Amino acid sequence: MREVQVSEVPVQHTRWNTHDFPDAAKVLLEDSQTRKNVQHATNVIQGKRNKVTAELPDWEDLREAGAQVKAHTLRHLDYYLTKFEENCTRAGGHVHWASDADEANRIILGLVRSHGAKEVIKIKTMTSEEIGLNATLEANGVWPVETDLAELIIQLGKDRPSHFVVPALHKNKEQIREIFQREMNLPDLGDQPIDLATAARTYLREKYMRIKVAISGGNFLIADTGGMCIVESEGNGRMCLTLPDVLISVVGIEKVIPSFRDLDILLQTLPRSATGERMNPYNSTWTGVHPGDGPKEFHVVLLDNGRSPILADKEARQTLQCIRCAACLNACPVYHQTGGHAYESVYAGPIGAILTPQLHSMGEGRSLPYASSLCGACYEVCPVKINIPEVLIHLRGKIVREDQATLAGKFSLWNIGMQAAAFLFKDAGRLSMAEHLGQIGQKALVSKNGFIEWMPGMLSGWTQTRDLKAMPEQSFRDWWAKERAPQDKEDAHG
Amino acid sequence: MGDSNSQRSTVLASIRMSLGAPSSPAGIEAEYAAIERSYKCKGTLSEDALLDLFEDRLLEYDAGVYRCSASRIADAVEGILRKRRKSGLAIPAGLSREWLPEGFGFTDATGLDAYELDKTEGLLSSCTVAIAETGSLVLQNADGQGARILSLVPDYHLCVVTASQVVETVPEAFERLAKTSDLPTTFISGPSATADIEMTRIKGVHGPRFLDVLLVIA
Repeated sequence: MREVQVSEVPVQHTRWNTHDFPDAAKVLLEDSQTRKNVQHATNVIQGKRNKVTAELPDWEDLREAGAQVKAHTLRHLDYYLTKFEENCTRAGGHVHWASDADEANRIILGLVRSHGAKEVIKIKTMTSEEIGLNATLEANGVWPVETDLAELIIQLGKDRPSHFVVPALHKNKEQIREIFQREMNLPDLGDQPIDLATAARTYLREKYMRIKVAISGGNFLIADTGGMCIVESEGNGRMCLTLPDVLISVVGIEKVIPSFRDLDILLQTLPRSATGERMNPYNSTWTGVHPGDGPKEFHVVLLDNGRSPILADKEARQTLQCIRCAACLNACPVYHQTGGHAYESVYAGPIGAILTPQLHSMGEGRSLPYASSLCGACYEVCPVKINIPEVLIHLRGKIVREDQATLAGKFSLWNIGMQAAAFLFKDAGRLSMAEHLGQIGQKALVSKNGFIEWMPGMLSGWTQTRDLKAMPEQSFRDWWAKERAPQDKEDAHG
Repeated sequence: MGDSNSQRSTVLASIRMSLGAPSSPAGIEAEYAAIERSYKCKGTLSEDALLDLFEDRLLEYDAGVYRCSASRIADAVEGILRKRRKSGLAIPAGLSREWLPEGFGFTDATGLDAYELDKTEGLLSSCTVAIAETGSLVLQNADGQGARILSLVPDYHLCVVTASQVVETVPEAFERLAKTSDLPTTFISGPSATADIEMTRIKGVHGPRFLDVLLVIA
């Protein structure tokens, strides 16, 4: 096996997780163009997805089987990873292990350098975004060329992906045309989608033929054959998988599945959930290297980067079942309003809200588990049945308990308020007394229309954007005590 | 190599610490075998209905679909090439010579590089299996199909599918692929496309922009 040169590599870190969700969301809510683009795109995918999942009478059976296969694999992840490694190596592939982003970047850069490559072509990979690979390559004099149309739009527009299936979903065709006109030097480019796709085809075709090293992510690692599977639409993936001499795939350890035959579930649920197609235009599977077909050298970098500790949490472990279809983003009422950038995370939407903080051992993205109304739409559409609302609540509990363990957290206004609420709700007499006090206390705040339009301090967050109905003069408990309780007593005695 | 070995043990140790006591391989395989697969595995359609469904799906993807009998393949290929105004196509090794009509140029594409393939007028190939429910052709590196690059770089692809190769469901296709699962394999569902711009399906980005399928009825 080729010796990987591990040299001092300046590793660039990503610019994610710098703002809390509410702050980032506020900025995006002001951007009406982006909101319009996001809402249009998510509505279209959601509609197509609903149509093609409804036509399968066994859809629920497929979800259940997919969930069971993924949960089983995670329970025995070490077994399946080593099995994959053994079979991939036997087929002529090279398997590398990286415990974190820095290590993965070092391995990949070492491989790229050992081939003297100044440019690499890339298939869309969120794992590479997660480890900040592009910035690392650029800082080391290697130019990464994104070949997925949406990723090319993001790269040329110096933007960030906002959705992990359609990364440029927040841009409309006029905005894309502007980017291409400027960056590809095509002042006369039209604004029809076909013009833009043709421009990308021409721009990239020469690069596919010339550049000798490709970098990809991976949809599935297949343990029993040692093979890999990549699912795509445009054929840019196939170009990167077959034309270059060297292929480097960086894949999260949770992407392994036990057997080739399991694809008979996942290649039904993934395309229908991701793009609302019965099958996406191209799926590729290959095993190691095959003389006369595809790269002469194939490397897989198995990336941990915060995944293995998640396995210890039995309630949250299901997070790693994710197959990155993004159906939960398209279905989420919060994502629908804010788009992906508000999450300040490579993985946006409901799955991002549970995955991102856990990948950082709850040290970053702590506002994300709260970026949800817990409506459950994400769970309903998930093709591997990740109970996202359950995990969101579980993580909120974790955050609260961690906060309470600190001095500042223990004496924070928020914690004191919540503790007081818990004290009141625990006892019927106390709650009743609080209700009566509230009826008296609210008088100064209630407007003529019977609504409270302003509240002080921490409570102002609620009334900033909506009015609160005043408490009624008689509470339900009072009504019950007066009207129903004497009657019940009579019934019991009668 | 010391460094990469230590990375391997770090990752595996961390996984094992999280998961607790490991199961025996036999126990794991038994647990895997017990996974409930109640989804539809076997198709239920008659052969006619199956082929009609396959054709409908292909047409939805904007592929061309033609039918012929087993003895008329060369004639049908000739008709399609005339319609597409092709003077010849590249062919993989092992493709049946009986499929090739007279008067056209067919070149063996084995070993051609991307630049050379780019100059051809297209590819004529067979396939391993086809899926009616999803309108998919599955090609492997085998006789009559060749390396993956052949069905990728040329702008046109004509695929000959015999009726016995068409299955109804995705699971049936995987059953047929089980024995050759380690070969380079491509599932092709329609011409290359993208929906990255405002979710509009646009035909033809990097793969062949034109796809025809010739269905051979026994």
